[in-house]
Formats: sequence, C-alpha cells, structure tokens
Amino acid sequence: MRDKLANILKGHNADYIEIRFEEGQSTRLIYRGPRLEEIGRTSSIGGNVRALVKGGWGFVSFNNLDRLQEKVELAVAQARIVGKGNSEFSPVEPVVDIVTAEIKKDPASIPLSFKKQLFDGYNDIILSTPKIQTSNISYSDGRKKTTFASSEGAYIEQNRVDVSLRLASIAAQDGTVRQVGLSLGSNGDFAAVEGLQNQVKDLAQRAVNLLSAPQAVGGEYTVVLDPVLAGVFVHEAFGHLSESDHVYENQKLRDIMVLGRKFGGKQLNIVDGAAVPGLRGSYKYDNEGVPASKTYLIREGILEGRLHSRETAAKMGEKVTGNARAINYSFPPIVRMTNTFIEPGTISFQDMISDIKEGIYAKDWYGGTTSLEMFTFSAAEAYMIRNGKVAELLQPVVLTGNVFTTLNNIDAIGNDLDMNQGGGCGKAGQSPLPVSNGSPHIRIRQCLIGGQ
Amino acid sequence: MEEILSKAKKVAEQAEVFQVTSQRTPVKFEANQLKQIQTKESTSTALRLIKDGKIGFAQVSGSVDPETLINMAMETCNFGAAARFDFPGLNSYPGVEIYDPKVEQITIDEMVQIGEQLINTIKKHTPEILCEASIGKGTASVRITNSNGGKAGYEKSFFSVGIEGIIVLDSEMLFVGDSQSSCHPTLDFKALTDEVITQLELAKNKAESATQAMPVIFKPNGVASALISPLMTAFNGKIVFMGASPLKDKLGQQVFDKKLSMWDDATVPYQVASCPCDDEGVPGQKTPLIENGIVSQFLYDLQTAGLANTRSTGNGNRGGGLPSPSISSLIIKEGETSFSEMVKSVKQGLVIEQLIGATQGNILNGDFSGNVLLGYKIENGEIKGRVKDTMVSGNVYQALKQIEAIGNDVRWVEGFLRTPSIFCSGLSVTAK
Repeated sequence: MRDKLANILKGHNADYIEIRFEEGQSTRLIYRGPRLEEIGRTSSIGGNVRALVKGGWGFVSFNNLDRLQEKVELAVAQARIVGKGNSEFSPVEPVVDIVTAEIKKDPASIPLSFKKQLFDGYNDIILSTPKIQTSNISYSDGRKKTTFASSEGAYIEQNRVDVSLRLASIAAQDGTVRQVGLSLGSNGDFAAVEGLQNQVKDLAQRAVNLLSAPQAVGGEYTVVLDPVLAGVFVHEAFGHLSESDHVYENQKLRDIMVLGRKFGGKQLNIVDGAAVPGLRGSYKYDNEGVPASKTYLIREGILEGRLHSRETAAKMGEKVTGNARAINYSFPPIVRMTNTFIEPGTISFQDMISDIKEGIYAKDWYGGTTSLEMFTFSAAEAYMIRNGKVAELLQPVVLTGNVFTTLNNIDAIGNDLDMNQGGGCGKAGQSPLPVSNGSPHIRIRQCLIGGQ
Repeated sequence: MEEILSKAKKVAEQAEVFQVTSQRTPVKFEANQLKQIQTKESTSTALRLIKDGKIGFAQVSGSVDPETLINMAMETCNFGAAARFDFPGLNSYPGVEIYDPKVEQITIDEMVQIGEQLINTIKKHTPEILCEASIGKGTASVRITNSNGGKAGYEKSFFSVGIEGIIVLDSEMLFVGDSQSSCHPTLDFKALTDEVITQLELAKNKAESATQAMPVIFKPNGVASALISPLMTAFNGKIVFMGASPLKDKLGQQVFDKKLSMWDDATVPYQVASCPCDDEGVPGQKTPLIENGIVSQFLYDLQTAGLANTRSTGNGNRGGGLPSPSISSLIIKEGETSFSEMVKSVKQGLVIEQLIGATQGNILNGDFSGNVLLGYKIENGEIKGRVKDTMVSGNVYQALKQIEAIGNDVRWVEGFLRTPSIFCSGLSVTAK
C-alpha cells in the first residue's frame, strides 16, 4: 500500500498532496422506552485526496477507491483554480509509523447478547422508578483504521476504538416533562460503560425530583460549576477561540488574541493536548501526520498558546501543535480540540461555597455552544446555594458568558480535577468528534443565568 | 440492489434495500478570498430485514458485498424489535419536481463568480467586514426496493448559497449572515445580500436591554433558532407514542393561538427537503400539524405508526440508521402584519435574528433559553440598536398560546422551514 500511494503521489505539480483512507465498523443499540428499538451494524470504506497549490486547496472525497490517480489530478486541478499566491505550510518531519489501537476491554470482543443484557439492565432500573414515563439509551462502539500518505513521504496507519453511551430518563406529569441525561465514553475500553447501576438509579430519581423543582429566577449569580460542567465551560468559553482557523486570517482578531494578553487570574491554567494519554481525545498523530502535543492555552491567566494546523501555524509564525482533525474521510481536517482542561488549584469544594450567601451550584452538562465571543452552556442539574450550603433543587439552568469578561470572573479553582469522556464536539458540519474535557470545581462571579 | 434483495429474501420473511448516491461540489470562501473547492462523492446501501417477526439492520458505505451485508443484518435480527409493519408494495407517487438539470451545468467558475459578487456587494456597504461564503451544488439519487414488490426512487438536484460576515471592533464581535437553497440553481442573491446589509444597518448602534418580561419579535431565522426544535420534537409520533410529548393527549384541542397554523409538506416544488416518497417508500404528503391553533396530527414512519395503530404520514427518514419520524419541510402560515407594524406597536422589547444555545435545554417540555447572538432593542416603536450579553428564555407552549401577531414576511430559512416573523409577548429577558 505504501509504495502504491507513494507512486500515485509522485509527479503532480502541487505544493503538497495527501491521501487518507478509512475503514471502519460500528455497532449501535438504541432503546426508546421498554423497546430495544434499533440494533444495527455498519461498515464503511472511503477516502479523500487533498492538494495545496499556491495557497489554494482542492479536496476530493469518495467511497470508491478505484482510479485514485484521477482523483489526485482532480484535487490538484481544483487547488490550481483557487491558488493565486504562495502556499504557507509549516514543515514537519515526514513520519512513517503504524499505530495500534489503545484497547483495554475491546468492545468488538463482547457479544451483542452481553451488551443487550447490560443495557436492558440499565433500562429496567430507569423504567421501574415510580413516575418515570420513558427512557432513551443509545450506545455505539466503532473501530476505525486510518491510512495516511503525503507527497512529502509520510505514511501512517492508525487504529482507534471508540465507545460511547448516552442514557436519559424522562419523567412526566400533568403535561410537564423533565429529562436527565448521562453521557459516557472511552478510547477503547468497554469497561467505561459497565457497572453504572448506581449512577443510573440516581439519574432516574433526579428526573422525578425535577417534576416539582422550581425554575431559577434569571439574573446574575455567583455560580459554582462541578468538574463536568466546568469542562464544558472551558471547551466553549475558551477552547474554540483557541482554534487558530477562527483567527489566522482576521488581523483584528489576531490583535485581540495576541499572546501575552491577560484573560484570567493568576490561578487559571488551561491546557489542550492529544498527547495526554488514555483519554477520548488522545491520539499519536493528527490528520496531517503531525505528532500530538500538549499545549498551554492559558498559563497563570495569560494567553500563552493556541491550536494549529500546519497552515495556520505557518501563517501565524507559530509552532504546529497537531490539532488538525477530520471526523471522517468526507471532510478535510480543520483545527479541533482534543482533551481540554483547567488545571487543578488548591481550594476544596466546601471552602468554595462557604462564603456564598446566595448562588447557584450547577452540575453535569446538557449542551454548550459558542459564537467565539459569547457562549452558552447548560447544566443537567442545579441547586441554590444559600448561606454557604447547597440548598433546594432547581430546574436545570442555561448559563451564558462573554470570553473577555467571564474568565476574569473565575475567582476560585478547586483541587479535584476530573475529566469527562462523554462529549462530542461539533464544528463546520463535523459532529460529534470524540473529545474529552475537564476541570476541578470552579467558582465564577457575576455569571448570567436565563430563567423566569 | 436486486442481487442483495433476492439473496436476502431467501433468509428472511421480508427485506428492503435502500441505496443513496450523491455528488456535491462546495466552493468555499474564507476571509473574503476563495479558499477551497471540494468534490464529494458517496454511496451507501442499507438492508432492513424482518426475520421471525424481528427487525434487523445493516448499512455499508462504499462497495457492497451482498453476503457480508446480509450476514451483518442477520446478526442483529436475533435482538431486533418486533416488526409492526409490512414493507409497502407498489405505490403510486405524487409528481414532485425536485430535479433541475441546470444545476449540473453550473460551472465552478460561475460558482466562484457568485461568491465574489456576494462578498463584493456586502464589502461595498461595510468595507471592514470579513466574509465566509459557501456556494454548493449537487445531485442525489435514491433507490428503494423491497420483497413485497415495492419500488421507489428519485433524482434530486440542489443548490445552496450561504454567507456569514464578521466584524471585530475592539473586543467585540458582530456576526451577520443568511443562506438560501433550492433545487434550481437560480436563487435571489439580491434578497440575500439585502438581508445581510439590513442586519448590518440595524446593528450599527448599541443598545442595552433591561432585565424583565417583555415582548419579543422573532424574525424567520430567529423562529428557526428558538421555537422550532421543541415543536419538531413534540409532533414526532415516536415521542408522542413514548408519552414524552406534552401534546400526547391533545389531538383536536386548542393548544396554540388560533392565528397559528403549521404543516409538514414533502411536495413543495423545487424545495430541497421535498421528495415523492420518504426513505421507506411511503408517498410524500402534506400533513396538517396545527390548524388555527388546534393540534391536528403527528408525524409517523411505518414502525411507529404500527405501534401507535395509525398510518405512516410518509415521514420515515434516515440519518444513518433505521427510518424514524422526522419532518420534510415545515411551513408556518403567514399572517397579515408587516414587520414594521409589529415594531411600531412595541414600547419596549426585542427583535431576535439569532439565539445561540436555545435548543440545549429541556426541549421536550418546550423550554428554550439562549443568548442573543444577533438581536435589537425596540424603544417606543423604533429599533434602537444591537443588544449583547442578553438571554431570552421561555416555553413554546406559553409563548405560542397567545401570539400578538404573525408577520406577512414569510420566507424559507435553513432549507427546511418556511416561516413568517412571530411576535410573542411577555418573554423573560435577562441582561448583564
């Protein structure tokens, strides 16, 4: 294969060409209420060619791997229509490597009957809880082999196994519907979705409890976020703005996002890195063949780095970070996060809430999105904090912030870092990309909450 | 396909093969410059079996080995849900026009020119704006065949244009944009740039919103970003059957303002979401959902309709797995009030072009709560300027129970929704 691809990549009048093939299999199970509604298997094979000529890109994707030479020529021809200037593309040492999947308990080795039995069990726990109306469970596992070859001589085969599970319990009464969800995932370990009986029981009970919980009054609050929600917060509030493809061709944004700018207090450190091992966003090489790294986005409150593809790094005169990722062969790689987290501080949760007279404790996530400057993130669970204590349960809250003020309003960072593996990130139509994010408990002053 | 079907028939009581092939060519601009040209070809084949009364499913992207596909589907049959339907036999289909050969004749050069013209028009108004634009053309071919003699299929063409502009001023960002799509290659580019320029004009000045309940006018894109997801969920026959829709026992009842009528329609000519049949070969149709505020029907696929003892409405659509009820094109009936009349009647309120994050709360219950990405303050009947750091929250069942007015400015947004502006009263607004 390596020689075949190397031959096809030779002799084109282009600054750079890459070929990526993917071969994958996946299994999914979906429950809706008492029924295992869908059980299905999929397999896919496909590929793409991406070419760079004078700064312009051509991209061709396909399922039929025949006539590859023509596809390379088409990608080059398209790039030539676009290219009017000079290609800027950071040099990297072409790598030749074969990477096996990090597998602990291989989901492919678990019989379907065993998976069904496990999820039947979770579903029974939810549905046997009084006042629960129905449930949703969706599970999928998949393995993917990616083969990458470039005109610079790189050849990389990477294998990956991804597991994800989402459970939701839905309570209903007199036209009011409440739902509570739980998302989990792992990089190659089926054990991550086993043994959740207690969590599932709690999930079902929380949906029931929400039937009678009041809604928060909208306004500004001191909020404390648990590690899961704070992870979503850091992903939305700062992670996306660190993706250089939002910034590199916009001089005004580059001026705003100048390295050395203060975004938060001294205690704030934000990191992203696929080189952090064993997490859902971990890998050895990105989809441009660049080795993964670990990047400090913010160190001691100061903007220190950002996430790059080879093109954005070259155009901004910074080092590559190995963050160019594509969700599958039908998309070109774009700059993405991997494992994003706030580093732990020293404060305990108890100390963090002890001097809050009236605030909100928001836990677990439902969703999050950003426009770069303004972002929202929603909690799956929320409580009032009164006189230093967690008080009554509220309806889940939606929180919002502004990147230029909200990070500065973080005034306490806990000592209890935890990573959430259940997320999937969406950008430019590529969703859900496996990522992880995390944080210790954090406290934010003057955080805006929507409500009545 | 025939080979897969004939082999599958030997091992299962019923079988169905679904195949879709597509080709699309998006041309992309970044920071006002042409950046990338793409060509995307894809083929996928799905097999659904009913064996011992249970449903099995497998799907393959790329070249298919019939034996492998059948074995994959057979493996899942043992655990599958009990089938509550038969695959449909030969049907007659409505003549829905969704293919225009002119789409394939559009050249890349012409697409590049369209992008350049759009960007130049907007730059002429606001020189400092940086635009991303995408001009896309494509075709799709769908084929369905099943063991009960059912055969269906169609060819579709599509063409789309989208533009998003960003202006950065100090540490503030303004996003404007709009998009259009059709099965024809001719779109109203002037309407698109006029819309973006109007947004730029209205956002020129800044305004502050109070924190209180106030009237809110959702423009068509605002309706799409805030109010539609909860309704799509509530009218989904599967959610209704599960008992998770607040409308589950409301058929025939007045739940919404009597000014509100909404229907699903797969037969609108040259609309990208139209088709003569759904993804399981049931004819496409027009289905009333809300008639003068009264809940009239829910949307079904074959299996859900079987469970709920009703008929499929031709809404069995696939997103990579088994068919499931989902809308075709959703249409909200236009009203009589012009947008400017609505604005004039407001003493203090907001206009919403776009909320972000609004669909990330408890949409099953109809709740929405989002940050105003683009919206304006109204004071004494006039738009004063753009508001920021502001949240709008509400519940669609309360917000649409008494609607102040429905606009006469109906238009297509996001390719699947035709809606006018909707003027709601008393929504919760929270500002910094």
